[in-house]
Amino acid sequence: MEAATARLGRGGKRRKKRGYGSEERRLATLLLSPALIVIALVAAYPIGYAVWLSLTEYSVRVPGKWRFVGFDNYTEAFGSPDFWAAVKNTFIFTGLSVSLELVIGLGMALAMHAAFKGRGLLRTVVLVPWAVVTVVSAITWRTLFEPNLGLAPQILEAVGIGQGVVWLGQEGYAMAVMVLADVWKTAPFMALLLLAGLQVIPDDVYDAAKVDGATTWQRFRRITLPLLVPAILVALIFRTLDALRIFDLPFVLTGGTNGTETLSLIAQQELTTNNLIGYGSALSVLTFVIVMGVSFLYIRTVGGNIRSLAEDN
Amino acid sequence: MEAHAVDRVRTEPKAAEHRAPRRKWVRPVLLWFAVFLIFVFCLFPFYWLVNVSLKTGSDLASSDLIPPNPTLDNYSSVFDNGDFTSALRNSVIVTSITTILALIFGSFAAYALARLRFPNKFLLLAVILSISTFPPIAIAAPIFKLWSDIGFYDTYIGLILPYLTFALPLAIYILTSFFKEIPRELEEAALVDGATYFQAFRKVVLPLAAPGLVTAGLLTAFFVWNEFLLAQTLTSSPKAYTVPVSIANFTGSQKFEIPLGTISAASVVIVVPLVFLVILFQKRIVAGMTAGAVKG
Repeated sequence: MEAATARLGRGGKRRKKRGYGSEERRLATLLLSPALIVIALVAAYPIGYAVWLSLTEYSVRVPGKWRFVGFDNYTEAFGSPDFWAAVKNTFIFTGLSVSLELVIGLGMALAMHAAFKGRGLLRTVVLVPWAVVTVVSAITWRTLFEPNLGLAPQILEAVGIGQGVVWLGQEGYAMAVMVLADVWKTAPFMALLLLAGLQVIPDDVYDAAKVDGATTWQRFRRITLPLLVPAILVALIFRTLDALRIFDLPFVLTGGTNGTETLSLIAQQELTTNNLIGYGSALSVLTFVIVMGVSFLYIRTVGGNIRSLAEDN
Repeated sequence: MEAHAVDRVRTEPKAAEHRAPRRKWVRPVLLWFAVFLIFVFCLFPFYWLVNVSLKTGSDLASSDLIPPNPTLDNYSSVFDNGDFTSALRNSVIVTSITTILALIFGSFAAYALARLRFPNKFLLLAVILSISTFPPIAIAAPIFKLWSDIGFYDTYIGLILPYLTFALPLAIYILTSFFKEIPRELEEAALVDGATYFQAFRKVVLPLAAPGLVTAGLLTAFFVWNEFLLAQTLTSSPKAYTVPVSIANFTGSQKFEIPLGTISAASVVIVVPLVFLVILFQKRIVAGMTAGAVKG
């Protein structure tokens, strides 16, 4: 630390001249390296290793015995109905839950924005589902839909939905419970992101519109929504990234049966339950590629934020 | 606020006057109804979980909203269960160590990003941030194999390292934006008064960045406490597994006889501390969640 302090001092003086001081760069390297080393060791290196493993086949019987199989694992995945079922389920789940979350989250955000008195309390209430551990949220919804114990099937039957259905035991219905559990836990997150977006819209825009005689709906449609688009975009991408990775919910709700098997889930099961390291890695890499496509969109959307953080002041 | 503004404006243009009386009560009523719905939507499932956790025996076959024979039996059996209490201890240890390390490494890196000038800063931040979007499954297989080879499988360090990797990007992002908001002049004043750079960092920057540290720390802790996929893949015994794994495996043991009451009690136990943190630090948590989105 002594040496670092000394360098800091000199770097500080150099900064007044233009250009990067080499001392300043060295200090930056020193400060950044612990974080970067951890990230490189436990994220970058394993991704490369995963790609390598996905090109191999490990013997299930003889530990440590393996052979190079090229793209066989990928060919197997693309030819497997289980893989395509998981792709379909993952996308159905993502599409349904993210769009429901947007609608409910936007409604919640508008209500919270209008209710200026209890906003603090409302924000705390809304954070409760967010704070609930995902596994616990899955258990909660499982008990809500359990035959006999659960209240939800009775309420739904009363309004004519799902007569005599064992919700978690039937394809389609199990997916509906999974979507519901996800919406409950994450719509609040969406709501808080959108509320933050609403709060940066200046009041005088609305005042001007009111003077011009715009109705509430017109103000929402012509002012609020367009100005909220950036916040909506970030929230949508955030949530899509999360939904594509979903694992906890199907694991606890159904164990990945009845049309709820998702990409992360089948990959994890091939790896640990079936001990197929090569094939499981291929599935993981495919999941990674799909998620990174969305992640690229995310980085582009928040690029402005990153740039302003990266600017020297 | 808006409702009042509407009244104020509407008294002037005469054309709109006939609508004013109806609107006066419709808006607040709708609003209170919406607020009521939000309360029910957010809190009812949690109430339900507590309700189930107080039921035993045949009560678990009925959907009563209030337990007919409320009992704390489930809670005592949860705490008598050695596997669950060790999972609780593991979670506390892994969460605290990860959070502390993330704050230390994160504030070093964030200070460099916020204050020092070096090339390719944008690229570096973009790469760091994109790590946080990695699907954990992508590193699960190689880490599982690697840890088995070097003896990190089913240990604390085997969990802390990957958690740190996923927690650091967000911590760095939050802390960098907090450090940037602290005026450079304050440090420079300290330097002029003869403080070293490290002293200026410790005595001037860190105290001012305390809210940022709280925010980053809370989000890291919530993430680690909640994480399931890696914990499920990288641990196998009460020696290292965390509470989500312990609870999820309660469920899987016997297909037709699931101790739902006990699982619910265990679930309440691991969620209550988080609910308290939310009540105490609502503002800080929201600030952290929205850090990446507001300026967008």
